[in-house]
Amino acid sequence: MLGPVDYLLWFLTALLEVSVAVCSLKRHTFRRYLALNVYMLGSFVVTILRYWVFSHYGFTSAQYLYFYFYSDALLTVGLYFALITLYSFVLSELDTGRYVRLAAIVLLAGTAFFSYQVIQQSSDRMLTRFVVELSQNLYFVGLVLTYLLWGAILKLRETRAQLIQLVLSLGLYFSAFAATYALRNLYPGLHVVWGHLPQLIALSLPLAWAYTIWRVPAEARLAPSRLVVVPR
Amino acid sequence: MMAGVIFVFSAAALLQFFISYCRSLIAASSKQVLSAEVKDVTGIQRFASGDDFKRVMQLLQLCPERPEDRNSVQAIDAYFSLLNFLRSTVARIFPSMHAWTESERGQCAYFAAVALERRISFSRDMLAQQMDA
Repeated sequence: MLGPVDYLLWFLTALLEVSVAVCSLKRHTFRRYLALNVYMLGSFVVTILRYWVFSHYGFTSAQYLYFYFYSDALLTVGLYFALITLYSFVLSELDTGRYVRLAAIVLLAGTAFFSYQVIQQSSDRMLTRFVVELSQNLYFVGLVLTYLLWGAILKLRETRAQLIQLVLSLGLYFSAFAATYALRNLYPGLHVVWGHLPQLIALSLPLAWAYTIWRVPAEARLAPSRLVVVPR
Repeated sequence: MMAGVIFVFSAAALLQFFISYCRSLIAASSKQVLSAEVKDVTGIQRFASGDDFKRVMQLLQLCPERPEDRNSVQAIDAYFSLLNFLRSTVARIFPSMHAWTESERGQCAYFAAVALERRISFSRDMLAQQMDA
């Protein structure tokens, strides 16, 4: 049974997701960050559809659970490709766009194959188990890729403040989700991990992106060496 | 075993991304010069000390909130708490860490003073709009 906090978080998530696209339109950066905006608008549509399925079939219904996990897998793949476009931004001067796209597809296929290997022994609901496993693994792959991207930003001395903050907030999002999933596998009975925490983590990404697009001017510059814990 | 490794890696990455993200927020405000008025109110001249943070945050809470800076202020507040924790634990063992946490705490206080400046000007704008109406 959902309480008022759950409804509030649900409403806030939808509001923040659409606000990323609105802020981008207002700041004329919609086309520049097209993949991020398409992902956020997709998330917004999924949030609305989830509510529709929930209100028709109930929170514990099979329809809601299936819809939740399948849409989550699709969104994770979408976010994965949004992350790849950030790679294209950072590596734009190296003319490596084609290789980045190829590597991204190979890595996605590899993650899907690994996920299939993990669930291969399951006799029932194989496809559902597969999408859940794929989602979890993609969060971790996303985290590793964001970490590598952050390394590339430092190495290439990328100074665009907006891009840096978008990458860092994505890193926070992926690492928080990956840690939550790992904790859930370690302690399946730990309810705090599956209470409001995932919803709050889900809120953090559109919140940070909307803030960055709205507050940080496109031409703002930062010295990334100042941001690392160990001075470079 | 695998979940444990993933958890440790994710938690370490989370901490690192959090620190870098907070530092990016601070860096964006570090170039802003404080007005004479805010300098008087906060007692911060050119450089802020970590001990100023609590006082500036109290002043900040007296001003009407600006929706766009609420989350960044909360993030820096959490970062300041993390620095305090490091200062009272790890920095006792590694003295070089003490200077770093002190410098970071001072920058958090400066960030809060810049946020205060923005809120004061926001309040003034609101008041002016009400007077016009």
